[in-house]
Amino acid sequence: MVTLNLRLLAGLAVLALLAPQTYAGGSTDPLQVKIGNFSFLPATITVPVGAHLVWINQDDVPHVVVGTDANSPIKSPALDTDDRYEVTLTHPGTYAYFCSLHPHMVGTVIVR
Amino acid sequence: MMKNRSERNSHSGPAESSGLSRRQLLKCGAWAGTGLIWAIEGGVPTALLMSETAQAKQTGALTFVQISDSHIGFNKEANPDPAGTLATAIEHSRALNPRPAFMLHTGDVSHLSKPEEFDTAQQIINEFRGDVHYVPGEHDVIGDNGIAFFSRFNGSPGRKWYSFDAHGVHFVALVNVLDLQAGGFGRLGAEQLEWLERDLKGLPASTPIILFTHMPLWAVYPDWGWGTDDALQALGYVRRFGSVTVLNGHIHQVLQKVEGHVSFYSAMSTAFPQPAPGTAPSPGPMKVPADKLRSVLGIRDVVLLDNHTSAKVIDQPLNVT
Repeated sequence: MVTLNLRLLAGLAVLALLAPQTYAGGSTDPLQVKIGNFSFLPATITVPVGAHLVWINQDDVPHVVVGTDANSPIKSPALDTDDRYEVTLTHPGTYAYFCSLHPHMVGTVIVR
Repeated sequence: MMKNRSERNSHSGPAESSGLSRRQLLKCGAWAGTGLIWAIEGGVPTALLMSETAQAKQTGALTFVQISDSHIGFNKEANPDPAGTLATAIEHSRALNPRPAFMLHTGDVSHLSKPEEFDTAQQIINEFRGDVHYVPGEHDVIGDNGIAFFSRFNGSPGRKWYSFDAHGVHFVALVNVLDLQAGGFGRLGAEQLEWLERDLKGLPASTPIILFTHMPLWAVYPDWGWGTDDALQALGYVRRFGSVTVLNGHIHQVLQKVEGHVSFYSAMSTAFPQPAPGTAPSPGPMKVPADKLRSVLGIRDVVLLDNHTSAKVIDQPLNVT
């Protein structure tokens, strides 16, 4: 189920135009972070610049994926069971994030 | 695990009912020694409930009811009909004798903070036909930091935490689900803590205090995030009072603890149970056989006797009428 709001979709469309179109391995398949048992799996993921990243909630409760930094591009709406949140990270760096509902759930995306 | 839980609910004595350790029992003894009777009952038999309420009737005590974690909008296997179980909880709350003076809802009214979920919950809870004092859970503040919740249930978007007095008891509603920090637990925040310190200032130490909030104010189980980062500061402000009761939800099960003059009680949900700390890979909705569900959901009747020497907390499952 797609849960992106319109603003996010518009943002992603712009990002898609700006982002490099070549991905690691030549694949456009999104890299996945699974949310299960109140954890992010993998807790740390390294992706190339411009990679498409998706979080999929497999828990029976909602989670909200939010960057620790206030300016982080990672900011999902509430993800109910089986909901997905997609983002394309276009700048290298280390992006710490957590679940704003269950803040002991933390994860990191490394973009390089 | 469920077997243990239902056994716990069927026991009558305080010691058996909570599976207390010797150390906890000693604490309870100390508590009773100071004049406050330990009287929590995990699913107390009706006969005892009647005797307690009869006593309350005779002394003109204050009684109120706590419900929690109604999760309207949840639709998974653990309970496909949380509206139905909430309606039962409200019926049971209305049927308590003596009738509770008011109700506390300790949060997660909704599952996803959706207006239609708040609507449904409000319509069902209105059937209580009495005052209801709310605090939000983390499920109630998604996307707007609770503005819709506070507007609807607390009367204005800016009325987040508050206090009121009833029957000589000072009640304080605390919010520990806003602006949560990565790697942390529940959080009260500096602004609320300053307010709490001011709110309590000037009250005689003999004033009974009841704090109610969503997440536990004690570290129930940090691995699952079941605690509140800055609870110690809040508890510091109530330490001088002779009788402090803390009521919370969030963990969907009855747990209790006594620390000095402060007693903590976590309540059942009206929607679905969660596993006991550490007994599952993670917290979350726990599936039980459909015919057992109502034995692990419930309401909490709190009786405060006139002389304030006894606070009785009676957890009553939904399958007990």
